[in-house]
Amino acid sequence: MQTDDAPKAQILTRPTPAKGPALYARRRKIFPKRATGTFRQFKWIVMAITLGIYYVVPWIRWDRGPYAPDQAVLIDLATRRFYFFSIEIWPQEFIYVAGLLVMAGIGLFLVTSTIGRAWCGYACPQTVWVDLFLVIERFFEGDRNARMKLDAGPWTLRKLRIRTLKHASWLLVSVLTGGAWIFYFADAPTLVPDLLSGNAISTAYITVAILTATTYTFGGLMREQVCTYMCPWPRIQAAMLDETSLTVTYNDWRGEPRSRHTKKAAAAGESTGDCVDCNACVAVCPMGIDIRNGQQLECITCALCIDACDDIMGRLGRERGLIGYSTLNDYDSNMALATRSGTALITPELVRTPEGGFNAAVAHFHWRKILRPRTFLYFTAWSAVGLSMALAVATRDRLELNVLHDRNPQFVRLSDGAVRNGYTVKILNMIPQPRTVILQLDPAFDGATMTIAGADLENVKTAEIALEPDRLKTLKVFVRAEPGHVASGPQPFLLKVSDPASGETAGYMATFNAPETVR
Amino acid sequence: MTEKHIDDVSGVRTTGHEWDGIRELDNPMPRWWVWTFYATIIWSLGYVIAFPAWPLLKTSTQGVLGYSSRAEVDRDLQAASAEMDVYQTAIRERTMDDILADEALRPIAIAAGAAAFKMNCVQCHGSGAEGSKGFPNLNDDDWMWGGNPDQIRQTIAHGIRFTKDGETRDSLMPPFADVLEPAQIAQVSAFVASLSGPVRDPSLIAAGKTVFAENCAACHGDNAKGNREMGAPNLTDAIWLYGSGEASIAAQVRAPRAGVMPAWNDRLGETTVKELATFVHELGGGEK
Repeated sequence: MQTDDAPKAQILTRPTPAKGPALYARRRKIFPKRATGTFRQFKWIVMAITLGIYYVVPWIRWDRGPYAPDQAVLIDLATRRFYFFSIEIWPQEFIYVAGLLVMAGIGLFLVTSTIGRAWCGYACPQTVWVDLFLVIERFFEGDRNARMKLDAGPWTLRKLRIRTLKHASWLLVSVLTGGAWIFYFADAPTLVPDLLSGNAISTAYITVAILTATTYTFGGLMREQVCTYMCPWPRIQAAMLDETSLTVTYNDWRGEPRSRHTKKAAAAGESTGDCVDCNACVAVCPMGIDIRNGQQLECITCALCIDACDDIMGRLGRERGLIGYSTLNDYDSNMALATRSGTALITPELVRTPEGGFNAAVAHFHWRKILRPRTFLYFTAWSAVGLSMALAVATRDRLELNVLHDRNPQFVRLSDGAVRNGYTVKILNMIPQPRTVILQLDPAFDGATMTIAGADLENVKTAEIALEPDRLKTLKVFVRAEPGHVASGPQPFLLKVSDPASGETAGYMATFNAPETVR
Repeated sequence: MTEKHIDDVSGVRTTGHEWDGIRELDNPMPRWWVWTFYATIIWSLGYVIAFPAWPLLKTSTQGVLGYSSRAEVDRDLQAASAEMDVYQTAIRERTMDDILADEALRPIAIAAGAAAFKMNCVQCHGSGAEGSKGFPNLNDDDWMWGGNPDQIRQTIAHGIRFTKDGETRDSLMPPFADVLEPAQIAQVSAFVASLSGPVRDPSLIAAGKTVFAENCAACHGDNAKGNREMGAPNLTDAIWLYGSGEASIAAQVRAPRAGVMPAWNDRLGETTVKELATFVHELGGGEK
């Protein structure tokens, strides 16, 4: 996001650690202050919704009759079925899940190109759980200053007690997190007593243990380091953002030159920007960065610095939005205004009116700016995938027929001169109800009959087949063509299965092979 | 390494490497990363001690846990065969008809038979049991020694013309080259061929019928439908083990060929033979 032509050199230089090369860098401890404001409020709501979905969904019941589980969302690995409310997915229908992933991908492009790293800042599980863990930390240790004091202080009994309680609570949340995960893979109400009494399968305990460990480590101990060092998304975002994407921006064109002593400076005739260098934006940052250094890899755009700064600006009676969501285009245009197109240092007077408001030339964000070809294209692609999938699910077959011709032998000549072909016929009953279907040999295939192995059905044209609920039925079917009715060479014919009760049908064009010499 | 260089923007040392003006920052590793790296080294030390690791001249260090992947496979195979035992026992104890009538057992017997067939039978009968000249096709409905489940089992168990087995199926067609005149052989061949299709010279049929009645009917039956008691094939159907047509028939009359199938009871055991019989019976031509 940094562009060379943006005249920001004065704020870009970070404190320089000019020491010799170290083998490793210690983590800088971060003690984020509790923020209040619009975005914090929004994040609480998102947190409640996402955590609510995660913990509650496995407990929702959905009646599918006596032959299928009544859990609304269930990934049944043992029988290879995925249940999602009224939708049941067989392994070969996994393309729907692939479609969801495509939608998630395009959706991420759409969101990122529009409002930047909103996923990182609001919805990512890492962000949500770190937020949750910070709530716990604050509950036991107090807010930023109290935590810093406690951390710097010696190990007293009080510190030991507080820290133990904190880590125990973190572990409890971690166990609950890992514990909730496995309910998506088994019937939740029966798994709970099994789990507590030690009767669940070892995979369940191992999964809970691993997820407990990762939640505790990532959410409690690693926190921002997961985003900075482990996650690939901060790197990918650079390719997603453009100059019309909204990102959390420090508007230095109105903030600089920053000063803690504006009145003194004003008395001395110096002009100062809006930034009073109060460090509120730094104090609330869960990533431990200073947003005033410009867009950074570490910034997850959680917008808490906006809340913090708006609070200060409000109290000082200045216009809010010194830190705010802004596009690079607006920022650049305002910066050019404030610096006479880069020929001068930032001069607040150039963007302000004498009354304290903003110059009419200052660019502000308008929601219409998100309507551009790129977002339109993403949205179209996203909707197209979604609509076609919805259509596909609504019209998909729940009765399917597959026919595999015997590879070897391709045909068998019988003692009376007839020719027989063998087929493996697979009938898929994809509803959780038993049903009886009719398997029918092509009426146009003269002189041909079929025999179903092991079913006492010999030389018939149609056969009633009982199907188990939600199961695949495999039949060995022999088709026999009487002498005189055998075409030379391959003869295509239709094998059809139909459910008289529902009217569903499925067909398969199979081939009947015969030796060239047989007529 | 070239001279030390500090990046202007970040204030971080670079590695000194430069590609078209782009320099690589030499940021230090995060501490947790280095710790993780050390932890993997310590883990590998423990691993080397606990598990087979260092190659020696003929073997390798065994590791204090005594783990062996070969032993693990053995255990898995034993567990699998223990599971199989339930079915093997059921197949051993039941009759062929019972196995075929059992919806649960039949597919297992067929699958086991298919596996045994691929190991022991495909060399002669072909991978699809389709046979070839001199080796019968097991898919069709023509059975020289009988095609019901027990007859098939009997044939596999004791073989055909396999003299080492006392209960083997045995019979031999004598050569007629010295018994019949060449003209008579041509006549009887024409007659036999006429039973299942047109022949070149129908005038031979009547004489051939007489030759057949005098020389062949004893085994093949008055109506030439064969006799399974002695493995005499049905000569009226469309299936010919040594080829159809008058020339092939005449060759077989003059100097008959007869195949030998070994007995499998002693080699594979009764259970596997039953599984094989089930598989062959269910290929499509099995009789009730």
